Amino acid sequence: MYLKIAQFILILILSPFLFGVINRTKAFFAGRKGSPLLQLYYDIFKLLRKGAVYSTTTSKFFIAGPIVSLSAVLTALLLIPFAGQPALISFDGDIVLFIYLLGLARFFTVLAALDTGSSFEGMGASREVQFAMFVEPALFLSLAVLTRITGQSSLSGIFSNARMSSWVTYDPLIILVLGALFIVFLAENSRIPVDDPNTHLELTMIHEVMVLDHGGVDFAYIMYSAGIKFWLFGTLLVGIFLKGYSCGQVTASVVFILGMILLAVIVGIVESTLARLRLLKVPHFLIVALALAIVALIISMR
Amino acid sequence: MINILLIIIPLFSGLALFLIRNDFVRRNLIVVCSGAHLALTCLTWLKRSNPALAGWFMFDNVSIIFLTITSILFFGASVYAVRYLADESLEHLDEAEKPQIFSREAVFSGCFLLFLTTMTIVIASQHLAVLWVGVEATTLASAPLIYFHRTKRSLEATWKYLLICSVGIAMALLGIFFLAVANNNHSDLLLGKMIAHAAGMNIPWLKAAFLLLFVGYGTKMGIAPFHTWLPDAHSEAPSVVSALLSGALLNCAFLGILRVYQICIAAGLQAYCQELFMFFGLLSIVFAAVFILKQPDYKRMLAYSSVEHMGIITLGIGLGGSAVFGSMVNMIGHSLTKAGLFFIAGNILSYFKTKKIGEIQGLIRGEMQWSGVLWLVGFLIITGTPPSGIFFAKFIILKQALLQKHYGMTFIFLAALAIVFIGMARIFISMTQGPAIKIVGQGDLNKHNRGNAFLSLVPSALFFGLAISLGVYFPAWLSKALAIAAKELGGL
Amino acid sequence: MNNLGDFVVIIVLLMNLMMLSSSRIRTCIRIVAGQGILIGCMPLLNDFHLILPGMVISASLSIILKGFVFPWLLFRAVQEANIKKEVEPVGGYPLSLLIGVMIFALSFWLSTRLVYTKPLVSHLAAPVSFATFFTGAFIIVSRMKAITQVIGYLLLENGIYLFGAAFLSEQSLLVELAILLDIFVAVFVMGIAIFHISREFDHIDTQKLSELKDSIISKQDI
Repeated sequence: MYLKIAQFILILILSPFLFGVINRTKAFFAGRKGSPLLQLYYDIFKLLRKGAVYSTTTSKFFIAGPIVSLSAVLTALLLIPFAGQPALISFDGDIVLFIYLLGLARFFTVLAALDTGSSFEGMGASREVQFAMFVEPALFLSLAVLTRITGQSSLSGIFSNARMSSWVTYDPLIILVLGALFIVFLAENSRIPVDDPNTHLELTMIHEVMVLDHGGVDFAYIMYSAGIKFWLFGTLLVGIFLKGYSCGQVTASVVFILGMILLAVIVGIVESTLARLRLLKVPHFLIVALALAIVALIISMR
Repeated sequence: MINILLIIIPLFSGLALFLIRNDFVRRNLIVVCSGAHLALTCLTWLKRSNPALAGWFMFDNVSIIFLTITSILFFGASVYAVRYLADESLEHLDEAEKPQIFSREAVFSGCFLLFLTTMTIVIASQHLAVLWVGVEATTLASAPLIYFHRTKRSLEATWKYLLICSVGIAMALLGIFFLAVANNNHSDLLLGKMIAHAAGMNIPWLKAAFLLLFVGYGTKMGIAPFHTWLPDAHSEAPSVVSALLSGALLNCAFLGILRVYQICIAAGLQAYCQELFMFFGLLSIVFAAVFILKQPDYKRMLAYSSVEHMGIITLGIGLGGSAVFGSMVNMIGHSLTKAGLFFIAGNILSYFKTKKIGEIQGLIRGEMQWSGVLWLVGFLIITGTPPSGIFFAKFIILKQALLQKHYGMTFIFLAALAIVFIGMARIFISMTQGPAIKIVGQGDLNKHNRGNAFLSLVPSALFFGLAISLGVYFPAWLSKALAIAAKELGGL
Repeated sequence: MNNLGDFVVIIVLLMNLMMLSSSRIRTCIRIVAGQGILIGCMPLLNDFHLILPGMVISASLSIILKGFVFPWLLFRAVQEANIKKEVEPVGGYPLSLLIGVMIFALSFWLSTRLVYTKPLVSHLAAPVSFATFFTGAFIIVSRMKAITQVIGYLLLENGIYLFGAAFLSEQSLLVELAILLDIFVAVFVMGIAIFHISREFDHIDTQKLSELKDSIISKQDI
């Protein structure tokens, strides 16, 4: 139990670090030196020390948005296993709770954005919801495939299940699911090619434009929950990839963290090599994830 | 030996025709070759030859009927083609033809005989995969024939024909693979062996195979709703080719279906197949009736009439019993009559230069009077007016439908036939009656008399005569042969 | 269960989906060629002692034809007929992709209805071959250009070949060669037709090929 709590705290501390890795990778490919690895920590601490300004047109929802999002994401984090170890909370069917917690986070972010009454934020909110329409089914179906493979309906059950390690039998399926989840991962974390986290043009932004009016502590919450969200989806990918990699607890943890860092590097590479898709093309890209997930589900049916 | 000769003679003369540059030699070679084919066919009647090439090529009781129809049609068409090609070349004399490897006419005559070859392969083959290859080859051999006029419209028709038929035939190939799977223990696709082993077949696979083959070959055969290529191809192709497509090709595709049907009968799936036959047969008749009613183009009208007749034949097979015999008679009658009608349509087209029904009248009064008379006679035969073979055939089919108490179906069938009759009667009467239109100008002596040219009328007259005689005097040997074939196809 | 076979078959399936979502004709040709090569290898994925020399011949011939000759013919057609590079589907790419997935679901259902007991190269061979077949048919009806219709036809043939390779590996060589030859000629004739279409119509948009049609109520009365 104490070990699990320690792991949880470790994740809480570690997750913003991955953004630094991504930025460093991108800087490397661009031939720049790049920001420090711990930049996100600095940003968060800086913002935490500042106060927030609230527009008079906003209501309580605007304030609730970042807080609910952060707490929903943190609760979701309680469900996610670490390095093949069961999570703090785990019960049958917790994948549904997991997905709904993420949905709740999104819902409150969108509400807060709409609450400002700004046309830009409304635009971002509408895009976010539109794309979520494709991403969420893909995520749901991918997890359904994992459930079918392992016969477990809890996240901890799925990732600690021995059948996950049988690469031989379920190989093609797992690769399809990985493909679908990777697209979901990029979309949910607002990465290129779906969304560009560094863009400065409101017209093309999705996630960033929704949080334009947040400042200070609220914005720190938002940045931190982005970091946690990255970790959540990253765990799904790395967890499947390492599949019940069995060795000592310490080694497994180290391998897992290295895996997460590798994932961040891959994201950095993707971001440096790909261009952002035209907004009209984004649904097409997301439907690919949906298609892969459905195909995997159909194949797993027999 | 005869089996092989029937295939080899048109094959090699067809290939040779591509190279021959002399018009006279080329045109006559077609006739000689078709004549030889017909003579060999008659020989086959007298003495059934042994299976050739490991039993892959053989004429059995069913296929000999198809062979005879095809052979007679080709002979008639080749006689007609001599005249047709001469006219065409006169017409295009002034057009400076672009230098090409093969002249237009050489391609036409070569493909004409290759078309005959491929159809003979379809008819002769006992191996279902070879039969498939043959059906696909008929598409490829006939595509250049349809594109003979090299116009936009004929190109469009050719493209549709190629694509739709290729997809259909691809479906049939999948069906053949299914059949091989259904036939699990014996990888041989020889018809005789499959019928012998039919009892041990995997039924779900066999059902799927029949469905695929029915749709696949049905596309080629012009069963509604897969008939969409048919009116286009028939209206844009030269009339000789339309005659062959309608009279011979559709039957050959049907033979493909019948072969599988034979296997299904042996496997005890007759009822399942018959339902499909009846449904699609009736659907084709209704489709054709609807489209004939207001048809503005007489060649398309003939094409839809072919769809209707394919429907009747399919329906007859589906009803079983004596209706199968009726179907066979209807098939013979339809092939002869439709080919004759298309020849006449070719005469009309080359005289009036239009396919619009509204622009033609007074056929029996003008210079085209003999064509006009035959046009009317053909109409009466094709719609089943007594005493023609087709009347006889439809009567048998109707009788069988009533015997089996398919009253609703009988009603629809009769109503559709009536609609077809009314639609066609309006077209034929408006074309033949009324004051004659005189086509002036062009000042060509040869053109002046074209409509009555002996060679362009004789094949039709002969075919119509045969079709009528089927209703008046049915020779005992033919009746016996048809009865044997009908028995093999699940009839009485 | 043969793992390698499963992999190949799933890649074939993904190629179908790629085909439905790619917008460039050249990409489509490459995909269909790659698929042809993969499917050509299928008969060789059986156990080694089951492979006959005849199978090697037919497999290599089909690889050469589908992987190299057909694409070459199609590329030539694209070049000489000055075809625009866009595929132009009816209804957009996302919809095509979703229909492709539905086609797979349908094929999967179909294959569960047809029981087959002998061991296969891959248990997914039947559904994927049906899916490839139907995807080809779908491409033929939903794409407007003559050349994309030919690509659809090739995809359809790939599906049939996959089925044959998986289920009928011991089929007689002669028949297989005849079938290959036939398809070859078909593509050749279609290629010629494309040349003619592009010359006559200045484009190969088959939607413009609509002079010949019937309607129940004809425009001009007789």
